[in-house]
Amino acid sequence: MLSYVVRSLLQGIAVMLVVAALAFSMFRFVGDPVVNMVGQEASQQDRQELTERLGLNDPIPTQFLRFVTNAAQGDFGISFRQQRKVSDVMLERLPATIELALLSAIFATIVGTVLGVYTAMRRDGVLSNALMSLSLVGVSLPTFLIGIGLIYLFAVVLGWLPTFGRGSPVKIGWWSTGLTTWDGLKRLILPTLTLGLFQLTLIMRLVRSQMLEIMSTDYVRFARARGIPEKTIRYRHALKNALVPVITIAGLQLGSVIAFAIVTETVFQWPGLGALFVNAVQFADVPVMAAYLIFVAFVFVVVNLLVDLAYVALDPRIALGAPRGGEAR
Amino acid sequence: MSQAPAMTRISARFARFLDSDFFFSYRNSPVAIVASFLTVTLILAALFAPFLTPQNPFNPAELNLMDGLTHPMQAGLGSNRVFWLGADEQGRDVFSALLYGSRVSLFVGFASTIFSAFLGVTLGVLAGYFGGRTDALIMRVTDVQLSFPAILVALLVFGVARGVIPPEFQERVALWVMVVALGLANWAQYARTVRASTLVERQKDYVSAARIIGRSPAPIMARHVLPNVAGPVFVIATINLALAILEEATLSFLGAGLPVTQPSLGTLIRFGQQQLFSGEWWILVFPALMLITLALSINLLGDWLRDALDPKIK
Repeated sequence: MLSYVVRSLLQGIAVMLVVAALAFSMFRFVGDPVVNMVGQEASQQDRQELTERLGLNDPIPTQFLRFVTNAAQGDFGISFRQQRKVSDVMLERLPATIELALLSAIFATIVGTVLGVYTAMRRDGVLSNALMSLSLVGVSLPTFLIGIGLIYLFAVVLGWLPTFGRGSPVKIGWWSTGLTTWDGLKRLILPTLTLGLFQLTLIMRLVRSQMLEIMSTDYVRFARARGIPEKTIRYRHALKNALVPVITIAGLQLGSVIAFAIVTETVFQWPGLGALFVNAVQFADVPVMAAYLIFVAFVFVVVNLLVDLAYVALDPRIALGAPRGGEAR
Repeated sequence: MSQAPAMTRISARFARFLDSDFFFSYRNSPVAIVASFLTVTLILAALFAPFLTPQNPFNPAELNLMDGLTHPMQAGLGSNRVFWLGADEQGRDVFSALLYGSRVSLFVGFASTIFSAFLGVTLGVLAGYFGGRTDALIMRVTDVQLSFPAILVALLVFGVARGVIPPEFQERVALWVMVVALGLANWAQYARTVRASTLVERQKDYVSAARIIGRSPAPIMARHVLPNVAGPVFVIATINLALAILEEATLSFLGAGLPVTQPSLGTLIRFGQQQLFSGEWWILVFPALMLITLALSINLLGDWLRDALDPKIK
């Protein structure tokens, strides 16, 4: 058990170091950091001074070490474009992204599970078949078109919902939230739908196939033979077991959620990290790009670690070195 | 004299093809027939765009501002010509822009697919054939690559290119930057598949035989192993082509793709979105439909190809 956890942890640290090396080489070798900071007009002496002060004359390994130490403390330097500390800019954007991602994850999990159970129970129903075909279309449509379609329907044609931004979020300490006002909530609806739709279809199909599989196992048949009501079997016995792989696989889907968040935030002009990253890419704002890369990798590693731990908690065989249940799927 | 037997040989081959399981499966799959028809039509339309379109939408001299925002199926005020799919605010024919745009989309899609297939297959064969440390290194990189979303990788490559390439060249090389960015974002799938089949092939007698007669690793990999692991690559490449077209559209939509001077379908959708709020839906809807049709038919073709080449799945 302990050795398993330590191994997962070491792997996570190795991935972080590789990503940090990548981010560092971007930071150091893409463009000239000094020119980017003081501009083309600065005198030769100013430049040399800055080069010395930033430590750019030190050997590369020393510089990398300093980069990693600074990054671990949340210091990613100054944004070229905004001329502010990258950590400040990112911290300001963080609440918007987290609120959007969490809400869409909750939305996708609840609705996805309900629809998955429904389509599994009414296999040949008209509504089930319609839902299944619709979910295929949902997967193959690119996110930005779904977002534009929702905007057109609910904002342009019907005029029910606002189309962009967070409005004026309420400040609670350094955190800014749109959850406490009616306007903020209304602005969250369309982005949440757009971001959640892909996860929703995924969870729905997964729950459906799991439920179908479990409903034909021996223990369910035995429960039926014992005369346990069908409802209890479905929700107490089957659904609980069906949700185990759903939780882990939904966790591992985080990568695509981040990718879709980049697109969703841009479509709705949502002031989150994804939109910040797209902006940084357009203007080659390397410190922000590097910081975002490290942030994403960090979220990945943490989630993977949690998923690994959840596996061990759910299935103790894994810690003993048995093959993982999740990989065959 | 010598032409006659050659002809019969070709027609015999053709007859054998018509008689094959592959063609049988094609004939009996309406989805495959419709999808391939659509794909071929769209590719031909894109190839011959200059002959099929009433104007070159990116030559300012051919645009008439008086035609601006003409509705679909109506005559423009300036040129008095009927615009089938309408015109945008500069009097650019949406139909023409559509064909020229799909040209760019298809080019980037094909070129980046070839690039990522080349990269992935090379790394996959190397990893599978040599094993050991080479294998471990390549596969770790592949794992990391696979867990990062392709869009993120492509955006990073694009951003780095922005920083490295001097501004005056950026527009000229934009197309190739996209090809490289999408290629670097999508190679991992090939590497993983090809490595797995190379591991199997390496054990076989013909590879040992080639090694014993003294062939060096490079020709063994290229001449002997490669043809035997290439099958699945075509299936992945077809599905990847659809994916690459969608990814390119996404990047261009985000504004991190092709510039205004060489718009792809994604760039056109980006413009269209800005007009949507004032009710000019046609500038957005037609490129979006084109993109969906293109990606969906290539995707369905890939699905069919996978089933047809691998009878085990059925």
